[in-house]
Amino acid sequence: MTNAYDVAHFLAGMMLVCSFTLLYQDRILAVLNTFAVQAIMLSLAVAWQGYVRNAPDLFITAAMAFGLKGIIIPVALNRMVEKLGIKRGVDQVVNVGVAMFLGLGLTSLALLLVLKVTPGAASFTREGLALALAIILLGLLQMILRRNAVTQIVGFMSIENGLILAATGARGMPLVVEVSVAFSVLIALFVFAVFLFRIRERFDSVDVESLDKVRAARAHR
Amino acid sequence: MIGAGWQLQALFVALAIYAGAALAAVFLPRRRLGLVYAASAAAASLAVVAEISAFFGEVVLKEHLPVGLPGVGLHIRLDGLSAFFGFIVNVGVLMTSIYGAGIKRDDLSKRIEPLYPAFCGAMNAVLLADDAYGFLFFWELMSLSSWALVVSRHDDPESRKAGYVYLVMAAGGTMALLFAFGGLAGASGGYAFDTMRASHLTPLVSALVLGAALIGAGSKAGIMPLHAWLPLAHPAAPSHVSALMSGVMTKVAIYALIRVVFDLLGDPQWWWSLPFILLGATSAVGALLYAVQDQDLKRLLAYSTIENVGIIFAGLGLAIAFKSSNIPPAAGIALAAALIHALNHSWFKSLLFLGAGAVLHATGTKQLDRLGGLIHRMPKTSAFWLIGALAISALPPLNGFVSEWLLFQAVLTGPVFPEPILQFLSPVLGAMLALAAGLAAACFVRAFGTVFLGRPRSPEAATAHEAPFAQTLAIGLLALLCILGGLLGGLTAFALNPLLVEYAGAAAAINTQTGPTPFSLIAFDQGRAIYDAPTIAFFVAVSSFTTMAAIHLFATKKTRRSPAWDCGFPDPSPATQYTASSYSQPLRRVYGGVVYSATETVDMPPPGSLREGHFRIRFSDYLWRFLYVMPANALWAISERFDLIHYLTIRRYLVLMFSTLIVLLVITATFM
Repeated sequence: MTNAYDVAHFLAGMMLVCSFTLLYQDRILAVLNTFAVQAIMLSLAVAWQGYVRNAPDLFITAAMAFGLKGIIIPVALNRMVEKLGIKRGVDQVVNVGVAMFLGLGLTSLALLLVLKVTPGAASFTREGLALALAIILLGLLQMILRRNAVTQIVGFMSIENGLILAATGARGMPLVVEVSVAFSVLIALFVFAVFLFRIRERFDSVDVESLDKVRAARAHR
Repeated sequence: MIGAGWQLQALFVALAIYAGAALAAVFLPRRRLGLVYAASAAAASLAVVAEISAFFGEVVLKEHLPVGLPGVGLHIRLDGLSAFFGFIVNVGVLMTSIYGAGIKRDDLSKRIEPLYPAFCGAMNAVLLADDAYGFLFFWELMSLSSWALVVSRHDDPESRKAGYVYLVMAAGGTMALLFAFGGLAGASGGYAFDTMRASHLTPLVSALVLGAALIGAGSKAGIMPLHAWLPLAHPAAPSHVSALMSGVMTKVAIYALIRVVFDLLGDPQWWWSLPFILLGATSAVGALLYAVQDQDLKRLLAYSTIENVGIIFAGLGLAIAFKSSNIPPAAGIALAAALIHALNHSWFKSLLFLGAGAVLHATGTKQLDRLGGLIHRMPKTSAFWLIGALAISALPPLNGFVSEWLLFQAVLTGPVFPEPILQFLSPVLGAMLALAAGLAAACFVRAFGTVFLGRPRSPEAATAHEAPFAQTLAIGLLALLCILGGLLGGLTAFALNPLLVEYAGAAAAINTQTGPTPFSLIAFDQGRAIYDAPTIAFFVAVSSFTTMAAIHLFATKKTRRSPAWDCGFPDPSPATQYTASSYSQPLRRVYGGVVYSATETVDMPPPGSLREGHFRIRFSDYLWRFLYVMPANALWAISERFDLIHYLTIRRYLVLMFSTLIVLLVITATFM
């Protein structure tokens, strides 16, 4: 059984590392690739859970994570970026050092919290949950620290990765919920895409700052 | 063939008639709208019969209807308490419907008639609901339909303001009740009243439920300081609706309070009685100090409603105090006082409001200083109104005295309380109630004297006419009820015994069997206190007639009419009479500076000048200013500050949510 723990923790840890990478990486194609890696790690983690716990429905989850988030979404985002012609680096709101410190703080908060709140649960569940929570918080942080709409979308998607990890770590969601969540993420992607092209049409940029300027103008009208 | 449990079916039929009348009134042509009152009167009569039968049969009928929330349905229950309050509601509806049939249909009719039966039906349905969802649904229906009736004259800004304040207070009150039921249901969420009765709450939750119920039901009943909407809204409605709102709807609120505190909440703590006693005493005296100054006949009656609700609150508070101190007979007496006062008040307040409606209709004004001398032009209305005024001033042998007598019996038992606070409070309460009784008498002497006696103060009052037959009939029937309720008060109290056993734990607190006559009302035991209304009535009648006969015998037999002594100058202007404001001036001098910061300014012309002198009184309502206007302004100011949040950037919104989440997580990590 200790092997099962080690592998699961390794995979979840790799996802966390990907999250940190997403946080500091400032080239947009690299961000997309890292996201793909994180999704693949997620599918591996879920599949490992399915194998260890002998739960075949988790393999479906794993397959969906791999197909949708490991391949389709990164490819779609890649093509979008090409079409939009975003070549320049992604600008962060704060510099990398501060971002890393914030990330570390959130990770330790997640660990402290989960380990303290769930003393009764099985140790595997506890650590899995802690890592998942850290990934979710880092995804949120990424959404805040980025100006570019595409990287904000990636942050949103990585939150979803964390949620799936947490769900499989505990007992697993019912399959129906799982499938609907997966599809809603897909639909969110379409919405984002339409949105992105519209922003780009209007402002020649996908920097959300330009949206803020419009709002500010309205506010002071 | 009438089987067991027909009472509940009869009530369903009555509710169906109310609903049908409300719907039909939307489509009926104006001249046929009188049918609405016929239908409401029929429904009310049917319901009264069913409720009397259910009350004396001591039946508890339950039904579960598959309407309402999916999976929960609607629980219906008819027991002694709901039958008693249903009786109050439907007698009131019957009388106001008779009165309503005599109203001339005008442009307002289309706005009033469809809502009137809806309002009546909603009050009935509140009493029958046996789960929180149904209760709150019908409660809100009751609030909204009465609100729509209040704003029926919406072209009048006063009416709109009344409607606005009422709506805000009603919404807040329902919200508070929602919290109360939430607390009663607990985490498991059993919203049926049966589940709530079975559950045991921690003292903290019980206290919170009590507070929420006091705010929710208390604001509807009009207890001070939650009374602000009442003197605005009750007078703004058409008079027969005012009678229902003041006489009956406040009783539905009292019912809600009794249901929650005496039934659902379990065994009381002694300190639960404190808010009831304190609020009750303050309301009784405070509201009358406003009533005795007010220039508007209907608003004066609305203030008097607050006073009576205060008396009922005091009775409930004493009942809680005695019940928790394990003195069941006294608890029974106090609860009986509260219940009988609720019944009595529904009668005399309906009478007074309907009478005020007749006056308003006859003269077109409800300003005291434009009325006067109506006893010559509206003799029947005046006589009945006088009976109502005597009853509300708690004079024997009328019905108001029965309940106040019982209440004072309970107050006088105060020294047996184990808690020093209650020992101290009960004489204070007694003093406050005595003051309130005196002020009430002053208030109604002033009202009756200004409206019906003296000379007319305006041409409208001089040319007034008697109300239509249906209206005087309704007022007369209510006056008859006030007299009978007084004479048979002992029997009424005796009939309440099953309720007293159930809610105060008092076995046979009221005893009429051992008294000197079958009508005597005995509190505790015969050696302590007996009130025998028919005997007193007989004594009063005999002594009055003897005195009258003696005067006529020794003086003259003829009734003489002659000009009043006017310092030798017979003055044609009615303005030289005693007026409403001059009558209340002594009380204003005594209490005015403290209670409503009344300031009087006299502007006398210098000697030799021919210009008019002026006398002005300025009032300022402290409660309204500090408890309503200032918090509302503060709320506006805070809202304007928070308006900045409307214009943040997307990322700042995200930061806001994210930092909230982090703060919550940190709190959890630190304190869990």
